[in-house]
Amino acid sequence: MAEMTYREAIRQALREELAHDERVYLLGEDIAEFGGSFKVTLELLDEFGPRRIRNTPISEMAILGCAVGSASTGLIPVAEIMYSDFFGMAMDQVVNQAAKMRYMFGGKLEIPMTIRAPMGGRRSAAAQHSQCLEAWFMHIPGIKIAMPSNPSDAKGLLKTAIRDPNPTIVFENKMLYNVKGEVPDEPYFVPFGKANIVRSGNDVTVVALSDMVDYALKAAKQLEQEGVSVEIIDPRTLVPLDMDAIVTSVKKTGRLVVAHEANRTGGVGGEIAAQAGHRAFDYLKAPIERVGAADAPIPFAPNLEREILPDDRHVYQAVLRVMDYGG
Amino acid sequence: MNNEIPIDVALSMYGTMVRIRRFEQAVSELYARGKIPGFLHTYIGEEAVAAGVCANLRLEDKIISTHRGHGHLIAKGGRLDLMMAELFGKATGYNKGKGGSMHIAEPDLGMLGANAIVGAGAAIINGAAFTAQYLGNDGVAVAFFGDGATNTGTFHEAMNFAAVWNLPSIFVCENNGYAESTPRRQHQKIQAVAQRAVAYDMPGVTVDGNNVGAVYLATRSAVQRARSGGGPAFIECQTTRWRGHHEADQQHYRPKEEMLTIEDRDAIRDWRNELLARGVSAAQLDEIEQTAAQELENAVAFAEASPLPDPAQAYTDIFTPVSEAL
Repeated sequence: MAEMTYREAIRQALREELAHDERVYLLGEDIAEFGGSFKVTLELLDEFGPRRIRNTPISEMAILGCAVGSASTGLIPVAEIMYSDFFGMAMDQVVNQAAKMRYMFGGKLEIPMTIRAPMGGRRSAAAQHSQCLEAWFMHIPGIKIAMPSNPSDAKGLLKTAIRDPNPTIVFENKMLYNVKGEVPDEPYFVPFGKANIVRSGNDVTVVALSDMVDYALKAAKQLEQEGVSVEIIDPRTLVPLDMDAIVTSVKKTGRLVVAHEANRTGGVGGEIAAQAGHRAFDYLKAPIERVGAADAPIPFAPNLEREILPDDRHVYQAVLRVMDYGG
Repeated sequence: MNNEIPIDVALSMYGTMVRIRRFEQAVSELYARGKIPGFLHTYIGEEAVAAGVCANLRLEDKIISTHRGHGHLIAKGGRLDLMMAELFGKATGYNKGKGGSMHIAEPDLGMLGANAIVGAGAAIINGAAFTAQYLGNDGVAVAFFGDGATNTGTFHEAMNFAAVWNLPSIFVCENNGYAESTPRRQHQKIQAVAQRAVAYDMPGVTVDGNNVGAVYLATRSAVQRARSGGGPAFIECQTTRWRGHHEADQQHYRPKEEMLTIEDRDAIRDWRNELLARGVSAAQLDEIEQTAAQELENAVAFAEASPLPDPAQAYTDIFTPVSEAL
C-alpha cells in the first residue's frame, strides 16, 4: 500500500490505462501543458506526448462529439469536462448521442468513452462552478456513473470506467483532490455496481455519496459516543446501483438516511429512498430521511455556502430524527 | 468537366440516384397508407448530393447523416430490404426496429447513423475523422447536414475543432433553402453558406447540388486533400427539396410559383441525358431502372413479411455487456 492523494491516484489510473492500451487518449480544455484546472493530468503530456494528451478549444460540445465519434470507431477517449457545471454546454452529446446510439442502432455500436467531471462546492466558486449534477444523468438510461469518495476508489473506478465498453461519467470531488489515502501497489479494478460498506452498524443505515462519506463517518463517531450505531454505505456507482446492499442493510437497521451534496429536491437520494422504501417497507421503523443541499443556487459568500450545503451536522441531525421517530 | 468522370463511376452514381428516388417514392406512398409509423422525411430532389459525395468514399470511410437520411445510407451501400424493414419497425430491419427512419444506421458500411438532432453530426464526425488520423490511415469522414444546421453552436464548434486539429473531416451542407419551413433569407444573412468556412480558415466551395458530376468533382478534391493530411473542407451543395419537411407538411410557406418549378431541376433526368450524350445506351439505363424497381419490390415484400420485434427487445442493447475479465 502506498499513501497518495486522490489527484495522484486518478493520474496513476490514467497513466496505467494510457500505457496499457494504445487506443486510449485524453482530450479536454487545458489538460496538456497546464495539467488541467485541477492539475490531475500534469506530467502526462511529457510521458505520452501530444498525440495522446490533447488540448481542445473551449468547446464542450465539440469535445464530447469527438469522444462519441472516436469511441464509435475504435478509440477509447477519456474526456475532461473542466467543471461538471459545463455539461450544460454539451448535454446533447451525452443525452441524445452517447447514451442512445447503441440502442437506436439495435446494438450495432459500442461507445467506450469516459468523461471525467470535477464536481462539488465548498470553495466559494459560486453558482456556476460548484454543482453536483449526477441526477441529470442517472435519469437517462444508457450512461454509467461513478462517484469515488477516496483515493483507492478513484483509481480503481476510473480504470474500470476506461475498460468499460459503455459511456461512463466519473464525477471527481474537487474537495477530495488533496486528500490522502492508501492505494494498493498491485494492479486492481473497483467493480461497478458493488457498494462499499464503509462502516458497520446496527441502528441506522446512512447511504452517502462522494465526500458525504467522510462527513457521515465524522457524524457516526459522534453518534457512537451517544450510543447510536451507524452503518455507512458508499454505493460508489449510481449506474449500476447496488440496491441489494442498501436493502440488506436497511432490513438489518430499520432506518435509512441518504446523504448527498446535490440538491435534495430531484436528487438521487429520492430514487434510493423510493426503492428502499418499496423493498424494505415492512422493516422500516421511521420515515426515510434525505440530506442534501437546500434548494437554492450555490452562493459565493463562504458563510452563505455553508448555510446551503450539507455536512456532518446534517447527517448527525437526520440520524437523530430517524432514531427519535415515534419515541 | 463531367466528361472526366470515369464512365463506371458515372453509371454507378446514376444507379444510386435511381435507387434513392425509387425508395423514397415508395416509402412516401407506404407512409400515406399507414405502413410506416412515426415521422418520414424524404430525400426526393436531393439525390445527387449523397450519390456524388459517396461515390468518392471507401467502405472504411465514415459518414453521419440527418433526419433525412435514407439517401445517405443507400449511397454508402445500404440494402433496401433491411432499410425498408427498419422503416416498417420490423425485427429484421438494420437496427431491429429500434431506430426507424430518423436513426437508421449501419456502422459496418461506415454509416454512423441518421441523426435527428440538427447539427449534432458535425461534432461526432470529427471523432471518426480523428480515429483515422490517430491510427495513421488515410480514412476520411463526412458529415451531411442542412443549411439550418449551420446556425447551431455545435456546427461552429465542430468546424473550429476540425480546423484546429487538422482533421480529415468533410462537411457537406445540403442547402435546400429551408430550415424546416423557414426560408434561408430569414435564418441567415450570408449570401452563400460556404462563407461559413472562411471563419475557420477552411476551404469552402458552393456547387450545384442538382448536378451529380459537380458534387462528385468537388468532393473528390476535398477527399484527396483530406486523405493526404490537408485537413477539413466544407462543400455547399445547392439543392431542392421536392417534398415537405416531412410527409405531413403541406408546404403553405412555399410560394406558388416556386412550387410550380420545383421539379424543373431533376438531377436524375439531367444525368441520364449526360450519359446518353456520352454514348451510353438507353437500354442500359433502363436496365438500371428496372433493377432498382425489382430490388424495391422485393424490399417491400420482405418488410411486409417480416415479424415485429419481440417485446423483450425493448430492454436489450441499452448497454454493451461487460466481460468479467477486464
